Amino acid sequence: MKIHLKIWRQKDSQSKGEFKDYTLDDVHQELSFLEMLDTLNLKLVKKGEYPVEFDHDCREGICGQCGMMINGIAHGPLKNTTTCQLHMRSFKDGDTIYIEPFKAAAFPVVRDLKVNRSSLDHIITSGGYVSVDTGQAPEANSIPIAHEEAEAAFDAAACIGCGACVASCKNASAALFTSAKITQLELLPQGQTETSKRVISMVKQMEEEGFGHCTNTEACQVECPEDISVLNIARMNYEYNKAKILNK
Amino acid sequence: MWYVKNALTRKNLMALTGLFLSFFLIIHLFGNLQLLLPEAEAKLQYNWYSDLLADNILIKIIAMVLYLCIILHTLDAIYLTVKSKKAKGSGYVKDRRGRASKWYSRNMMFLGSIVFLFLVIHFKDFWYQFKFGELPLDANGNKDLYTLVIKAFDQLWYVIVYIIAIIALGYHLLHGVFSAHRTLGLYHPLYSKIVKYLGMAYTIIMTIGYIIIPIFIYLNR
Ligand code: HEM
Ligand code: SF4
Ligand code: FES
Repeated sequence: MKIHLKIWRQKDSQSKGEFKDYTLDDVHQELSFLEMLDTLNLKLVKKGEYPVEFDHDCREGICGQCGMMINGIAHGPLKNTTTCQLHMRSFKDGDTIYIEPFKAAAFPVVRDLKVNRSSLDHIITSGGYVSVDTGQAPEANSIPIAHEEAEAAFDAAACIGCGACVASCKNASAALFTSAKITQLELLPQGQTETSKRVISMVKQMEEEGFGHCTNTEACQVECPEDISVLNIARMNYEYNKAKILNK
Repeated sequence: MWYVKNALTRKNLMALTGLFLSFFLIIHLFGNLQLLLPEAEAKLQYNWYSDLLADNILIKIIAMVLYLCIILHTLDAIYLTVKSKKAKGSGYVKDRRGRASKWYSRNMMFLGSIVFLFLVIHFKDFWYQFKFGELPLDANGNKDLYTLVIKAFDQLWYVIVYIIAIIALGYHLLHGVFSAHRTLGLYHPLYSKIVKYLGMAYTIIMTIGYIIIPIFIYLNR
């Protein structure tokens, strides 16, 4: 099928970007979205032009590297899918597809569709860990964890850190991402002891990186490829308020 | 107040002031429903009630808290909205993010601004007149606020302004009451759902209640 593309081209974080038009005449329905972009890049390279840069790694929906605004929606029209898991069968012959990078003050554009999401990593390093003693690995069954708890922690841990929640949010808030990381650790006995310290420093870091605040529009969960629950955000607020009030 | 830079704390303050205002709306509605009593009774009853509130020390304290809440809520709204603008970056050329959320949840500042403009008119026409204006006295010697209100709602444009403002307030509350609980940290799946539906019920009652008053007066008095 024939596909018209309007792709955001931007040389670096300083320069002004603009849309460039491309047309692909023979796109197979079974191509993934990224393979379609590969096809375009192959043509561009052959013509001696600079290929369209975009992030990707696993191409199986688990690493969180890919991610762009496709027709104004993070990861494109399909719900709960990453960009790499989107296929051209979701589009029709003759469609025009707008492709833009995720935009937020905390996600500066590196080039074209590639943005720098280190701000999310900084949030993790500020408290998204569990302190353990070094030495022999302890016996795995010495800390019993109920099945339901493990499952709930795993639901939060499913966040792949793609940043679609930030891109979809009218305030560019990273509340869904941050709260998922906090909940994941808080639900397990190993992580519980450091909850207050963790939530205070991660919330602080989230602000310092320049993300906005949460207004509970809940757009993030709808566009999140992992369907991370917005209730995690309320839980983060609860833990934050508790830590502040009890001054721990 | 401006030294509290932390958005989550500011948001908590916004939720608490918002909830206090929402609670006030209930009392305010029941007070004003007295306007709908049979005409002869309504006038004396309503003026007596207004006078009662004006003299009570407890009510005076609550009124101070109320003014403070309106001011803090509005300042917080502006502070957070400016912050969010900065966080957003340049925005998208093709933007279809709206599919994922309710329009009123994305436009709380716009709805709030309508409410604020309305409050200015509302305070100027009734609150200021009652407190500082020269109002004639009724048969019991109380200031005749009743007649002032009835005259105001005799004008169609005034009734329409009220209806628009109250619908804006209604949508503000529809998202606000629910959002405030999430902000304050209610994360239990079932209770969170219950609060959401209670918030909706509250909003519907407030909106209909406040809209009925001007319409009733316009048609009947
Ligand atoms: C009777 C008057 C008002 C009531 C009862 C009210 C109530 C509320 C409530 C309960 C919230 C939820 C707080 C939260 O999400 O944490 C809220 C949020 C908000 N209000 Fe108001 N409000 C009123 C007036 C105003 C005014 C005058 C403005 C602006 C000039 C305003 C702007 C906002 C904004 C921007 C939000 C944040 C929305 C969000 O976070 O999603 N409000 N309001
Ligand atoms: S919460 Fe969802 S949208 Fe946000 S980073 Fe994690 S996986 Fe991506
Ligand atoms: S490339 Fe890894 S999730 Fe898409």
